[in-house]
Amino acid sequence: MATSNLNTIVKNGLWDNNPALVQLLGLCPLLAVTGTVVNALGLGLATTMVLLGSNISVSLIRNFVSESIRLPAFVMIIASLVTCAELLMKAFTYELYQILGIFIPLIVTNCAILGRADAFACKNPILPAATDGLMMGLGFTAVLILLGGMREAIGQGTLFADMQLIFGPAAESWKIVLIEDYANFLFAVLPPGAFVAMGLIIALKNIIDQRIENKRALATPKTEVGSKRVRVTGKIA
Amino acid sequence: MALLTLSSPHAKGSNRTSDLMRWVILACVPGLALQTYFFGWGNLHNVLWCACIALSCEAIVLKLRGRAPAFYLKDYSALVTAVLLGLALPPLAPWWISLVATTFAIVFAKHLYGGMGYNPFNPAMAGYALVLISFPVAMTTNWATPSSMLADGQLGLGDTLAVIWQQSPLPDGFSGATPLDVYKHEIAYKTEETVRAFAVFGEHFALGWEWVNVAFLLGGLVLLGLKIIPWQTPVAVLTGLAVPSLLLGSDADQYTPLSIHLLAGATMLGAFFIATDPVSSSTTPLGRLVYGFGIGLLTYIIRTWGGYPDAFAFAVLLMNFAAPLIDVYTQPRTYGFAGPKRGPKSRENQ
Repeated sequence: MATSNLNTIVKNGLWDNNPALVQLLGLCPLLAVTGTVVNALGLGLATTMVLLGSNISVSLIRNFVSESIRLPAFVMIIASLVTCAELLMKAFTYELYQILGIFIPLIVTNCAILGRADAFACKNPILPAATDGLMMGLGFTAVLILLGGMREAIGQGTLFADMQLIFGPAAESWKIVLIEDYANFLFAVLPPGAFVAMGLIIALKNIIDQRIENKRALATPKTEVGSKRVRVTGKIA
Repeated sequence: MALLTLSSPHAKGSNRTSDLMRWVILACVPGLALQTYFFGWGNLHNVLWCACIALSCEAIVLKLRGRAPAFYLKDYSALVTAVLLGLALPPLAPWWISLVATTFAIVFAKHLYGGMGYNPFNPAMAGYALVLISFPVAMTTNWATPSSMLADGQLGLGDTLAVIWQQSPLPDGFSGATPLDVYKHEIAYKTEETVRAFAVFGEHFALGWEWVNVAFLLGGLVLLGLKIIPWQTPVAVLTGLAVPSLLLGSDADQYTPLSIHLLAGATMLGAFFIATDPVSSSTTPLGRLVYGFGIGLLTYIIRTWGGYPDAFAFAVLLMNFAAPLIDVYTQPRTYGFAGPKRGPKSRENQ
């Protein structure tokens, strides 16, 4: 049971049930702070950490918390973990913390986290719950980075600018200038651009899913259900 | 003697999309000619350049969507979008502004919503608003100075192309603020007389702009005469602009006077050519009055208290949002029924 089940969990988190692309949860930080890759990566990692921690904790206490008070209990756990994440970011990546600002404490209200705690972690043992938390977090982070990359490239004409905020001084040279003297495309930097880019990414995922589905339909021969009537009149091929 | 009996309806003429769109483009020609006369080659170049982009984008997207490009390209709707954008963009705006605006108008505002007939927003104005928000500097500093203010005449064709394509620096004085912009900012600490003394207003209301607007008014009247556009929308737009201007802003020492509101900026182009877009505007007679009045009122509000000198694109987009709702509440009385069926509830009961 374990391996195939874990595989499904991984696939669900990264693709089939991706929190950002399919469940459309946590859109507020997703749209608000993905102006650059570094912001997206910072928020994505913080969310992943909180998601992993909350899924493990909720799974641990799932047999001791009664149905009626489970939501307040989950929110307490998530809030404590978010406080941890906030303090850690303050300690190690202070500049990034200042850029992300209110959106770090707002991870508490990210529905993806409470959603996973209630829908998955409180019904499963630790290993699947932890895998689910990690994979959902990574799926969310991947979309954030993709969105951040698109908006940074179109909005400012650069990629991976200011990566030193997370990876230290060595990362200062990672910045790629795509176009010199780029006239900043403000629309992509502002929230409306995030909506449009998000819509494009969701459309792309749907196209890929459709292609896969079409291929699968072609590969598997159609099986006739029930009896087949034999044609006896007209032109018989 | 043969008697030919024809049954009703006795429809005359053609109301195919392509014919209507062709008339709209033709009615723009006098305005474009005067814009070229007063402000140089920029607008003419922009119209042609936008048309190239619009037709290419339209063909590519139609191909991707699995439609027949030749059939849809022949309805001229992409060309109308391109012409309106070319007329509205600053004459000396760099080439990539037109590229971004037109591509967004055709691909995003038109085809992502389902193509011709399905777009909730006016594509040309969506493209215009996009570049206005995204590139505020390029969109406000590239308005050409009227020819009669320049000692050596307007920029030649070669120089205009160099400014647009190579972004060679513009000589001093060849671009400047539009009359609406000047009046709005100068009146804050000057009187009407001193503001009117600015060269950009010329002898009458707004040098160059006044004649361009008159030309668009004439083109619009032709469209009205041919019944290509309904009379309600433009009349309501101009009323919506005039009423607050006369009631609140009649003091020319504080607010822009009505004459400049009507004859400077995009007023006539907007009222007759943009607000009357059959797809994104309201479709009922009463609804068109409400829709047009809303556009005029919003234009006045944004022009007077907003951050932008002209506001037609934003006003049109905002009223595009409201058009479906206006339609629901302004259904006309159906023949044979006592009262009009209006509002969502009565719809359900039908």
